[in-house]
Amino acid sequence: MTETTARRLNIIALITTVLTILCALIWAFPLYWAVVSSLKPEDEVVRPYIELWPETFTVSHYVFALTQTEIGRWYVNSIVTAAAVTVLTVSSSLFCGYAISQLNFPFRNVLWWLILASFMVPMQALIVNHFELVADLGLINTWSGIVLPQLIHPVIIIVYKQFFDGVPKDFREAAVMDSASEWRILTRVYIPMNWGVTTALSIVCFIWSWNSFLWPFLAVTKTNMMTITVGITQVNDAFGVYYARQLTAAVLAGLPVALAYLIFQRRVTEAITLSAGIKG
Amino acid sequence: MLRNRRNEAFFALVLVAPFVAIYGLVFVYPTIKLFMISFTDAPLIGDGNYVGLENYLRLPSDRRFGTALWNTAYFVLLTVIPGTLAAFAIALGVNRLAGRLQAAILALFFLPYILPVSVVYLLWDWTLNFQFGIAMYLFDMIGLARIPVFKSTAWFMPAVGVITIWWTAGFSILLFLAGLRAIPMEIYEAAALDNAGRWSTFRRITWPLMWPITALVLTIQLISQLKIFDQVYLFSTGGRPNDNVVMVYYVFQRAFQSDQGGRAAAVAVVLFVIVIVVSVLNFQLTRLSGGRGR
Repeated sequence: MTETTARRLNIIALITTVLTILCALIWAFPLYWAVVSSLKPEDEVVRPYIELWPETFTVSHYVFALTQTEIGRWYVNSIVTAAAVTVLTVSSSLFCGYAISQLNFPFRNVLWWLILASFMVPMQALIVNHFELVADLGLINTWSGIVLPQLIHPVIIIVYKQFFDGVPKDFREAAVMDSASEWRILTRVYIPMNWGVTTALSIVCFIWSWNSFLWPFLAVTKTNMMTITVGITQVNDAFGVYYARQLTAAVLAGLPVALAYLIFQRRVTEAITLSAGIKG
Repeated sequence: MLRNRRNEAFFALVLVAPFVAIYGLVFVYPTIKLFMISFTDAPLIGDGNYVGLENYLRLPSDRRFGTALWNTAYFVLLTVIPGTLAAFAIALGVNRLAGRLQAAILALFFLPYILPVSVVYLLWDWTLNFQFGIAMYLFDMIGLARIPVFKSTAWFMPAVGVITIWWTAGFSILLFLAGLRAIPMEIYEAAALDNAGRWSTFRRITWPLMWPITALVLTIQLISQLKIFDQVYLFSTGGRPNDNVVMVYYVFQRAFQSDQGGRAAAVAVVLFVIVIVVSVLNFQLTRLSGGRGR
């Protein structure tokens, strides 16, 4: 390689790096803009020019949202339902994935194929029947009603099965020799071995559930039972046409998942890549 | 030994029981019910009379169904390939960075994906607000006329498409990055020794090696965009929902606004079949091309 081409390559490399960074900043700008706008007084928000930094900072919209609206209640609804979905989905999937991977039982293959097939089914097509089911059970406007149809995530079982498949058979045989009970083998050997996956899957399952919109939107008609994801779009009179207040609500709804991602970045990306790799 | 085996099977059945119960209740039963009520004139809740294929036969002449079908296809066209290409380009850029800078830049691209759709809606509704949106100030500055983006039928789908790409690209970027990192450095070193140029390295090495991932991203995007509802619904409030209707939205309108469970179910069955056919076709195609490639 001659010196000039090497220099030219360096310049191209520099330009792509700068472009990538610039692009990332523009990409994230709407996020920044929402946070900044939520910290401005209302009259500053609607000024007819661009003000990238607030002239006067105020947290009054946050105080208003947390004290004068139902946001606190929606937080509780979101946390409870998302936590319930996570615990129930992850534990039932763990048990099922373990059984399919390690144990012999009748109809094992049938169950496995059913799980793989359900992967393709669009849950959105089932909204009418989910609504009828939940209404028949008398669960409209309840936490259980929000949770129930969200409990199917075939991906999680498939990830678990693959992880358990990867554990060498010797572990199981050694434990059986020690005449450990089946339950002990599962809880003392297999589950501790896969804590990493369990954490990762739990975090994304929580995020998925927190973010889910269509079903919680259908299952709830009373404002005090809404999850925060639904509430902030449905109750306009709580906020009026106060743009800063609306953005404050948006920031409050997005904050928990954004923080969860930033804190557990590696786990989240791990779980998402894992579950996507399987979809292929 | 026999007792052991029986024990094992019993324990296994106890373990799968919770999942099987949930699966039966919220998956198998509703799916069977969906097909059954699509042949009736049932309201949203309760039973109806058997009407044969009537709900289906009405669809070809149903203008709003046509709009929904068209809009869904249009949305797929606007998002799937452009979104995948954008994500690939960004992943190539991010892959060149290293260490903490790479992690920070990746986080900026990825953050939108982690947010709920309603936050995405409020953010962009504000950014593109006709009166006070920052985008409109930019339009003014470069001398363009302001556009009431979500109230205009022509602009609605492209705008929601771009916003969807913005929202979901992080996911595809992640997959592309994983793929790029899996390419062994030796291959690039060998190419550099052969004096291969940038473009030919990309075309001969990166692109073919990345094709399986690209196909995966395209598939995931295609299937998830066929099921689009949330963004379209939210951005349509106060606009023209009937022009912007997509498949799931139409199911929602029929069931929850017109109280016609049977007719809604027929539309849902069409969506159901489309998604399954696309998934199966895609599975066969990747298997065929995979067989040839390896």
